[in-house]
Amino acid sequence: MFFENINWSYVLILPLIGGALGGALVLVWWERRLLGFFQDRLGPNRVGWFGILQSLADAIKLITKDDWVPPFGDRALFILAPIIVAGAMLMAYAVLPLGPGLIIADSNIAILWILAMSSLAVYGVLLAGLASNNKYSLLGGLRSAAQMVTYEVFMGLSLLGVVMLTGSFSLRDVVHAQEDMWFCIPQCVGLVIFLIAGLAESHRLPFDLPEAEHELTAGFHTEYSGMKFALIMAAEYLSLILISALIVVLFFGGWLGPKFLPSEFLSGIVWYGLKVLIVINFFILLRAAIPRPRYDQLMSLGWKILLPLSLLNILITGAILLGTQ
Amino acid sequence: MLSQIKTLWTVFVHLFKRNETVQYPEEMPYQAPRYRGRIILTRDPDGEERCVACNLCAVACPVDCIALQKTEKEEDGRWYPEFFRINFSRCIMCGMCEEACPTYAIQLTPDFELCEFNRNNMVYEKEHLLIDGTGKYPDYSFWHVAGKTIDGKDKGEAQNENKPEDVRSLLP
Repeated sequence: MFFENINWSYVLILPLIGGALGGALVLVWWERRLLGFFQDRLGPNRVGWFGILQSLADAIKLITKDDWVPPFGDRALFILAPIIVAGAMLMAYAVLPLGPGLIIADSNIAILWILAMSSLAVYGVLLAGLASNNKYSLLGGLRSAAQMVTYEVFMGLSLLGVVMLTGSFSLRDVVHAQEDMWFCIPQCVGLVIFLIAGLAESHRLPFDLPEAEHELTAGFHTEYSGMKFALIMAAEYLSLILISALIVVLFFGGWLGPKFLPSEFLSGIVWYGLKVLIVINFFILLRAAIPRPRYDQLMSLGWKILLPLSLLNILITGAILLGTQ
Repeated sequence: MLSQIKTLWTVFVHLFKRNETVQYPEEMPYQAPRYRGRIILTRDPDGEERCVACNLCAVACPVDCIALQKTEKEEDGRWYPEFFRINFSRCIMCGMCEEACPTYAIQLTPDFELCEFNRNNMVYEKEHLLIDGTGKYPDYSFWHVAGKTIDGKDKGEAQNENKPEDVRSLLP
């Protein structure tokens, strides 16, 4: 039979990409709405049911806009940069488990793959800043590079505790290892560090220094317009979803529900979606509440506090593991 | 660190607060009675124009949006503007004309909905500005309290005004 020869994980690709991009679109609206509520406003509520079609209207506007390429910049790189950003972000989704067995590529180095892809996306940001041939863009690109170098280091290190407890780099094993207890309890330090690093990695507020509006107009994407800009924005929201999903998988038990509830209370994918939604809302709350740090504060926070803390976390986790063996 | 968490909590609590926003075209925002919006010209309690064309509003106007021309009534000698023109595309609703006006003729209203497709329609002439009522000061009538002679009211006949002193009677 034909169907028996299909690897069902490939069938997942299209729904996953569609879901991720659609989720990014809805998230644009949801973030604006939620920010509005946090600031005692209403947010966009005119287009469609509660304004849910707002991002569709935005997308139509962006498509009809002039897709301008600066004549003073590097044309090829300028066009390539948003594709690299969005492409790398989508590649990272390949190893993300959505539920028991719902995974496109069940790789045994999934964590490393995601870290690699998210650092590859930095190239897109850097090249976007460089190819625009504009001082603000260049500054944004430079900041992005420095920020990624800083935060990538302990983003990886903060996950090592989880990896040690699991004994595997596979995200499926990580979830299965959390059946007794979610890793947010033994690895609470790792969770906080990973949260901050993920925030910086997806350069969202308060760590949006590469595009800090008040200082650098729009940072690395100052010169971008039309669909290229939309692609960069989509990549940003994709990375937000990715980081939230990763936090859920690594620290909050992925598709596993709470222990005190019967397992048939809600299906795995619903638990998963609920948890991701909560983490995303927390990220939006962070954006609404915390002001952007100065650049040197960002750097000193990274190198002087979070890096030693994550090393300490590894040390203590390793010592306890050794002691209990 | 503690202050950051406190900030997070404060902002989170705002999620459940009432929104300040008013859904404008469907739901009108409350306008205070002294809100400074569209300018009107008012009338006396007896229905005559209050404006005496003194030009003080035009002088006070920081953006020079008021233009008027004084003329006199043949029958009783009252002053009034021959034309009175306000260019609302320039007006900044500062209310200085209202403060300058000695006769309470020019007043600002809470109406802020000044939208036109044609810019020339933002220029209001006297017939657009004049209203039938008295506006904010219903009992005030300039010509009844002012000392100036008009037909039917001589010197000393205004309200709270003494008869003119015969200065020669004070001579020794």
